[in-house]
Amino acid sequence: MTPFLAQTGSWISFDVHGLAQQFWNNTVDGLALGGIYALVALGYTLVYGVLKLINFAHSEVFVVGAFATWLTFYGLGFRPGATPVLSVFEIILFLAIACLAAMAASGGTAVLLERVAYRPLRKRNAPRLVFLITAIGASFAIQQGLRLVFGLNQQPQIRLLQPETLFRLFGAAVTNIHVILFVAAVLLWFVADYFVNRTRLGRGIRAVAQDPDTATLMGVNKERVIVITFLVGGLLAGAAALFYMMRIPQGAIYNGGFLLGIKAFTAAVLGGIGNLRGALLGGFILGLVENYGQSLFGGEWKDIVAFVVLIVVLMFRPTGILGESLGKARV
Amino acid sequence: MTTQTVSAPPKRRSIREQWNNLSRPAQWAILIPVVVLIYFLPVLNPPLIATTGTDFPNAMFDVARYALVAIGLNVVVGQAGLLDLGYVGFFAVGAYVAALFTSPNSSLHHLPYLWTLPLAMVITMIFGIVLGTPTLRLRGDYLAIVTLGFGEIIRLVADNVGPLRGQSGFQGVGTDSAGKPFFANATQWYWLTITIIIAILLLVGNLERSRVGRAWVSIREDEDVAEIMGVAVFRFKIWAFVIGAAIGGLSGALYAGKLGFVNNQSFDVITSMLFLAAVVLGGAGNKVGVLLGAIVVAYLPLRFVQLADYNYLIFGIALIILMIFRPQGLLGARQRLLARGRQAYQRLLGRGEQISGDSALSADMQGGPR
Repeated sequence: MTPFLAQTGSWISFDVHGLAQQFWNNTVDGLALGGIYALVALGYTLVYGVLKLINFAHSEVFVVGAFATWLTFYGLGFRPGATPVLSVFEIILFLAIACLAAMAASGGTAVLLERVAYRPLRKRNAPRLVFLITAIGASFAIQQGLRLVFGLNQQPQIRLLQPETLFRLFGAAVTNIHVILFVAAVLLWFVADYFVNRTRLGRGIRAVAQDPDTATLMGVNKERVIVITFLVGGLLAGAAALFYMMRIPQGAIYNGGFLLGIKAFTAAVLGGIGNLRGALLGGFILGLVENYGQSLFGGEWKDIVAFVVLIVVLMFRPTGILGESLGKARV
Repeated sequence: MTTQTVSAPPKRRSIREQWNNLSRPAQWAILIPVVVLIYFLPVLNPPLIATTGTDFPNAMFDVARYALVAIGLNVVVGQAGLLDLGYVGFFAVGAYVAALFTSPNSSLHHLPYLWTLPLAMVITMIFGIVLGTPTLRLRGDYLAIVTLGFGEIIRLVADNVGPLRGQSGFQGVGTDSAGKPFFANATQWYWLTITIIIAILLLVGNLERSRVGRAWVSIREDEDVAEIMGVAVFRFKIWAFVIGAAIGGLSGALYAGKLGFVNNQSFDVITSMLFLAAVVLGGAGNKVGVLLGAIVVAYLPLRFVQLADYNYLIFGIALIILMIFRPQGLLGARQRLLARGRQAYQRLLGRGEQISGDSALSADMQGGPR
């Protein structure tokens, strides 16, 4: 094998200088990107916490949200091309409308998925691997359905908000979009955390996560809790889809969910699947690591970094950094 | 593991039972004409079966290729119960081995094409050990996701590493130094593949009936119990992984040789899912079942070209429906767990045993509504 390597040089090059130079840029961008991962990861984590099921089709729930966002922008009269000049109030209004539409679409998809694909299996008491294969089938079906409706190509980008540099952090430009993404992710995470840890319905979710049978005996409606869990995950994925479309306006493409889904799942595993705080932490860590890796190895290796992180984490700490704990969250 | 007696529909049971009760020579007497028929299918070009859109021998080769992959993946998923979503990675490694050692685009030392088949198996086996050693400690869903990650890593490496030539790929795979392809037409490729399939079926069948096969089944049914009963769980998992990988690599090398061209485009996750779908549709753990599954997955889209656009959509929906109503696949596995016990049974009672193992995918179904 030696001539093979000698003729072609090394397979991977390390660019430590680039990493040092881009460090703060990568940090800012990684935190913004990590926010999106974290929001999608919350959906994986919630469903896993309650059902011990990796909802493989959650990435498609996200993609449906992305298409809903695009269609809402289009329906509101925005066309691909130049970014329109809007007042702050209008921007917030339109974004809010798009957010609601995306959340409705994603939440609806998630609930439908639960109803059509998972509930019949639960009724039949199927083993867990069957759930996973059904999830793969559902993921295929939704993905290909979107392909038939919207075609193979990504939708042309529509931007409501042009990225503008607000301030600089150690020389790295922090844009308005970075700030929105980060703040929104943290805010939505707080809402989700409040919901699960402080409300009555959230208590039901935690009860089912901890012990479904006992929870049923205590008067918790298990089926309803499961639907709510899927709904909450779907709503968060819808919101994440809107923010993703703000950062990457050409993001609506039929197979766009796979990579993002696997990264969000990685984030969930990284932080400790079944753990809300873990999802947030894992999302940010993955966003950062991925961006640093991109500078170190070159842009085309970006996706590999996520997979390698996933494998390394699962090998050495299968329960993630914070461990599984939805059912054991504080009372 | 429960012993089922009369719960299954009597007709199907009796066919299986009759088959099991036939002596080995009698089984062969039925099988050999079937095999001969299968060999001559591309030559006969039967009217209803023949594909309209694609050249029929080409289509038959595709079916045979899927069948080989399904047999390999069945060892991993069906026999040992390890859900591998990245099987296409091994397929890709095999294809790249064939390409690197035979294509004029590659700067490596060139080998005759037939040598690359065993070489592809050896190299994918090494990959199987390398990938399996760290990951096979994981179970179920986690293992599935990690293997998915590995499959994607292999694809991304093929995308991004210079010597693997990304999208431009390798031309003239399988040609000799004069540039002549190894086989002139698809029928010969089909014959080669069928011959390999028969050889592999015999080998895998022997493995299944051996101590190794029984260990796999025990791991599939309950890993903890198997471990406690003294089965070296980890070692047998690696075994399954490596054997599956070798068959995947072989199939990849055949694919590369037949096509004569390899680039990074044919090794995506969808392909991996199709491989898995072939196994699950047919019935994981049942060799006849997975062959049937492979035929369904590979042949139907080629036969009904007008469906090609809805192909994957139908797949997804079919997978959901099948999992809901028949989680064990079209032909569920009736694992003859106790090969010797079966013979004893026959001697004692004069009829076939009725041991049911069901498939990896329905292990917990026992007693549940069917």
